[in-house]
Amino acid sequence: MSTMRAQIPVQSAARRPLLARRRLDSERVISWVLFLMALSALSGLAVITAFIFKEGIPIIAKVGLRRFIFSSHWYPLEGEFGILPMIVGSLMVTAGAMVIGMVFGLGCAILLTQYCPPRMVSIIKPAIELLAGIPSVVYGFIGVAILVPFIRDYLGGPGLSVLASSIVLGVMMLPTITSISVDALRAVPKSYIEGSIALGATEWQTTHMVVLKAARSGIVAAVILGMGRAVGETMAVIMVAGNTLELPHSILDPVRTLTSNIALEMGYAAGDHRKALFATGVVLFVIIMVLNTIALRVSRRRSKVKVLAK
Amino acid sequence: MRIAPSITQRIAVSIMWTLAAVAMGVLAFIITYILWHGLPHLSWAFLTESPKSMGREGGVFPMIVGTLWVTMLAVVIAAPVGVATAIYLTEYTHEGKMTAAIRFGADCLAGIPSIIFGLFGFVFFVITLGMGLSVISGALTVALMVLPTIIRTSEEAIRAVPRAYRDVAYGLGSTRWQMVTRVVVRSALPGIATGVVLSVGRSISETAAVMLTAGSALGLPQSIFQSSRTLSLHFYILSREGISMTNAYATASVLIIAIMAINLSAYWLMRRFVGKA
Amino acid sequence: MFVDLVQILRGERKEDMKWLLGGVLLLLALLLLPGLGSEKGATVNVIGSTSVQPFAEMLAEEFNRIGGHRRVEVQGGGSTAGLQAALNGVADIGMCSRSLKEDEAKVFQSVAIARDGLSVVVHPSNRVDGLTKQQVERIFAGEITNWAEVGGEDRPIRLITREEGSGTREAFVKLVMGKSRISPKAMTQESNGSVKELVRNDSCAIGYMSLGLVGKDLKALKVDGVEPTAEQVMTKKYPLVRPFLFVTKSKPGSDAQAFIDYVLSVEGQQMLVKEGLVRVQ
Repeated sequence: MSTMRAQIPVQSAARRPLLARRRLDSERVISWVLFLMALSALSGLAVITAFIFKEGIPIIAKVGLRRFIFSSHWYPLEGEFGILPMIVGSLMVTAGAMVIGMVFGLGCAILLTQYCPPRMVSIIKPAIELLAGIPSVVYGFIGVAILVPFIRDYLGGPGLSVLASSIVLGVMMLPTITSISVDALRAVPKSYIEGSIALGATEWQTTHMVVLKAARSGIVAAVILGMGRAVGETMAVIMVAGNTLELPHSILDPVRTLTSNIALEMGYAAGDHRKALFATGVVLFVIIMVLNTIALRVSRRRSKVKVLAK
Repeated sequence: MRIAPSITQRIAVSIMWTLAAVAMGVLAFIITYILWHGLPHLSWAFLTESPKSMGREGGVFPMIVGTLWVTMLAVVIAAPVGVATAIYLTEYTHEGKMTAAIRFGADCLAGIPSIIFGLFGFVFFVITLGMGLSVISGALTVALMVLPTIIRTSEEAIRAVPRAYRDVAYGLGSTRWQMVTRVVVRSALPGIATGVVLSVGRSISETAAVMLTAGSALGLPQSIFQSSRTLSLHFYILSREGISMTNAYATASVLIIAIMAINLSAYWLMRRFVGKA
Repeated sequence: MFVDLVQILRGERKEDMKWLLGGVLLLLALLLLPGLGSEKGATVNVIGSTSVQPFAEMLAEEFNRIGGHRRVEVQGGGSTAGLQAALNGVADIGMCSRSLKEDEAKVFQSVAIARDGLSVVVHPSNRVDGLTKQQVERIFAGEITNWAEVGGEDRPIRLITREEGSGTREAFVKLVMGKSRISPKAMTQESNGSVKELVRNDSCAIGYMSLGLVGKDLKALKVDGVEPTAEQVMTKKYPLVRPFLFVTKSKPGSDAQAFIDYVLSVEGQQMLVKEGLVRVQ
């Protein structure tokens, strides 16, 4: 590239000396315009961060970070802001979703890359992508209509529960985990697999002893990005989680997550209450950023992963 | 006791097939469930009429228009910026601190949950900039959400354009900009289009952010500065408020069909022009 | 026709592809057309309580049909949001489903458009038919946790409440809860519809909602021995009654006033009564 860059002005100058100056300038202008546009994502992120923190930090400062995070009393109209139940709720739901999403997502990814005939790949892969496209409100709706009554009738409790949310979120994060893992698994050099088979290993031994090990970092990144998606999901969770303010004792208890706390009360909130919801957003934001940074660090292969990491 | 490797192999493979089958089953179930309940109520009138008594009767025409507006505006705003970013990253600069920072920005933006975008859109576009609950506030918020997707897919597509094309373009005396617009972008177009189509899909299904920024007015938006309810939000409100389950299912069917059509066209674009499906 | 489409999509008929694309674009443009108008016209923004919203939407629809150039837009958001919106000018009229607090009453002008009974609802199979106000309070405070304690079957009580800031919740707290707080065990739902859906399907559940929205699937309990009906609300025998308010910051503009007048007219009030509310006068 760099050699290229040096050559152009010379070339065009040689061919059309009269226009050379103007061309050069317009190129520079274009370059600047593109640069400014390229800053949009970065500046968008900066503005979002600034606004969320600006609205949220004062109330955290007022209540005290420790009280805000470790108190389990949330009576916003009486000035008590403690989001411990929501933090625990988000973590429990995400952990449950991760187990489900990982088992299914990774299973599908291994199948797609190692065992599946191409014809089936061309059915399963778009189907999994379609799963990612279904609106979260539809997932939530199906959760309420089918899953919740099932849990209430056969497992007990109110139905709206950690379990129900974990299952719904697990299905929702499956496509994220699958597509990123597929990329990681595909990137494992053929020679590893051939070498392993040549040593007399079965395909499955090759898969779990060689391929999975080699693709480990990509898979970890996939799971972490999936977790990010689960922590951040809102509409589906509001519908199936039950949104209580108590710390859950079992997976059949209802919970409230950080996201649903925001979405439930945002429409109504004013004053300190609204600021406290933004502060909830700050906590959520920090959790997501930590997860993202870990995922980015872990995956050495940068470019592929990110496309699918929506 | 050791189980023979050949048996473990068989067990493992069948477990994975089962997992995949369950995943497919869930997808098939969701789609059939919605369409089964919704398709019988779907009619031309439903698509072209305005809702009556809060959506208990009548159709979803204003929501279709609202959804299209939010989606189209979002993509029209995000696509040029996203493609420009991708061009800058691939053609106009060297890998360095700046590109790393820009990529980091896009990656982080991609990970931010929609409710945070909603909160931001609400304070920034709706209140600070005084746009109110409106189509334009919603569209700008959604544009920010889909920007990373467009940047990433465009970058991949542009990188996939063979070096030789660029060399030839330079060899013929074109400037960098001519090379980019006439050669690189043109050959990367299907890939870019795929990213755009996927973004359209994402904008259509977005609910949380749109709820906080575009509002939920039932009427046909007279301008983009008025509030409008999108299809997914309409479905949410119909089903949650229990206003009309039949209309809720029919609305969900419209959504599901739109999403399927969009995914299919993205898939078709990929297959036909990019050759990696 | 389908075959043609497939051929075009496969790229076998390049020139037709342009027509197809053109057609699709044209259709899109046509659909986007309604949003192109630039003037806001005489729009009256009505924002607020989700309990009032359905009724306001119905009235607005009728008003827009006969109101000529005026256009009323109704949005949800909740009572508090409605007051906020009215205060900062986003809304011309705020909807509020509870009486104003003292400090609010100083800032706003309010018109009661209807009165609404707040009913305590349970699953139809529940043996309990009525509770005293105190029992309701103790149930929602988490002190009574089993239906057997109030004469029902031996089942746990599952509380369903509305979210913090909802007018329905605030009215309930004010009318019933006194000094006690709603138990943190209560499941929070963000709409009347989802409260209804939960109670309808769960034989242990108890919730509260607007009388007009109860419908046939739920059992509305007697409170202090009084049947929750529109008549009892009218005679003020039923203890849980709240007003539905339209709130404005100052004297409403002529367009807003026209809508308020319509709502208070005989015709408007009749529509509300038909939906299960109680007229103001």
